[in-house]
Amino acid sequence: MEIDPLIFRFSIFILSIFVGYYVVWSVTPSLHTPLMSVTNAISSVIIVGAIIAGLSGNSESVFNTSSIFGFLATALAAINIFGGFLVTQRMLAMYKKKKKDK
Amino acid sequence: MISANLSAIFYLVSGVLFILALRGLSSPETSRQGNLFGILGMVIAITVTFLSIDNFSTGFIFVLIFILLGGSLGAFIAYRIPMTAMPELVAGFHSLVGLAAVFVAISAFLNPEAFNLGLPGNIKLGSLIEMSIGAAVGAITFSGSVIAFLKLQGIMSGSPITFKGQHFLNAIILISIVVIIFLLCSTQSSNLFWILLFASFLIGFLLIIPIGGADMPVVISMLNSYSGWAAAGIGFTLENTALIITGALVGSSGAILSYIMCKGMNRSFFNVILGGFGATEDNVNNSNKEQRPVKSGNADDAAFLMKNASSVIIVPGYGMAVAQAQHALREMVDTLKKNDIKVSYAIHPVAGRMPGHMNVLLAEANVPYDEVFELEEINNDFANADVAFVIGANDVTNPVAKTDPQSPIYGMPVLDVEKCKSVLFVKRSLSPGYAGIDNDLFYKDNTLMLFADAKKMTEDITKNL
Repeated sequence: MEIDPLIFRFSIFILSIFVGYYVVWSVTPSLHTPLMSVTNAISSVIIVGAIIAGLSGNSESVFNTSSIFGFLATALAAINIFGGFLVTQRMLAMYKKKKKDK
Repeated sequence: MISANLSAIFYLVSGVLFILALRGLSSPETSRQGNLFGILGMVIAITVTFLSIDNFSTGFIFVLIFILLGGSLGAFIAYRIPMTAMPELVAGFHSLVGLAAVFVAISAFLNPEAFNLGLPGNIKLGSLIEMSIGAAVGAITFSGSVIAFLKLQGIMSGSPITFKGQHFLNAIILISIVVIIFLLCSTQSSNLFWILLFASFLIGFLLIIPIGGADMPVVISMLNSYSGWAAAGIGFTLENTALIITGALVGSSGAILSYIMCKGMNRSFFNVILGGFGATEDNVNNSNKEQRPVKSGNADDAAFLMKNASSVIIVPGYGMAVAQAQHALREMVDTLKKNDIKVSYAIHPVAGRMPGHMNVLLAEANVPYDEVFELEEINNDFANADVAFVIGANDVTNPVAKTDPQSPIYGMPVLDVEKCKSVLFVKRSLSPGYAGIDNDLFYKDNTLMLFADAKKMTEDITKNL
């Protein structure tokens, strides 16, 4: 009997939770705010679903209810991707070590 | 168009890059590189999605337009937002992830053929279950984050909103959500799908309104976690590895942060979720209401004490963020350092309104991160320090947490500020902190209260140094 592909996806999911668990515990507490903004940005990879939804219209009508929701989701996810990564970059650029020349 | 197997491999690559992005945050030096890995992962995921679509309808143009519109708005916000508004920004961003998950789920429900999930009214059972869970969690994330945003922004009062039968109502709605998902999967009725979304929006709203302002670190972390689970749910629906990996990463990240925040307050997760201190324990501070003497001083006294110190520890809290005093504080510290005084910063895990809030503000004011210490790292140093300068923190310094088993904050890890030779406490008035209890520190012999706005007081001290 073949294994349902769902089981493989579920395995990936469970293993990723463990990877996440160990990786996040190693994040230094002073970077917890950038951690939140970057997780925000990467969870917006949901944009891949939004793009498929947006392209679901046929050649006669680009806009149907389903594709309109797709377009809106694309825009929302794009705000998060650009906003999330850029604000993280901005924050991380501020973390500096003591200047040596003092 | 590239093959499904190839695109699955690329999605895996972008999932791995996201793991590296989080891994980079283990130290500030590697963090910037980590962020670049994250961006690269995102670029790969989006490119592969475009490449794997076989019929390029004119919809493609619109997708690009919406990406550009959203992207420029996001970039604009990212550059303009002041660092003190970071908690609001993060809450706002969470709400967008939640809403995007809801929209994708709606789209997939209305047009399952586009996602290879079956036909409308006859969606594959597994996909429908995943879809409805993703949509429900997404909706909860959205409305919960909106409330958190409004509370942090001050549009809505930060005090807990409670009413009779609240927990009962919430329990009923949560149970009915489970029942609706079950019915939806057996009947495929679209009406049930809309009811499910409505009930989930409602419960997200109801769950967050009873939680008070200072518990926001827990709420934000929790919503962070939810946004991850919502993304993972949609990832299962779309059979997309990148989304499943990312969802699991973000979900566990948020869960760990909530755990750290709860531990920082010595409260259980459920205690925080079920409502603020004020709602349940308002009878605590009635017992000792008598006026006790405090010593108060001015900027001159404070400057004198600090000038004669050899080491100073600064304890910032949410009040520093409100007064925007971080730059003034850095200037004061610069002056102290010129006089060969050793200065370090002590950060309590729940200081501020989100995890790591104080660290970002100090970094913004150009404070080197190797002068900033966490509670466990610095707590033993207070006994050897001459002056502790408490600016905008309150409950996290209260010695009652160590001495009085009756106190609601008993057992909470606190900074041992009172062990310093002298304590300077900048505060507007003697009013109690969020937990609604008096701070014993105010009445200690070695405490000097400085009643003023945090920023103004810090500037005045600098002038007098």
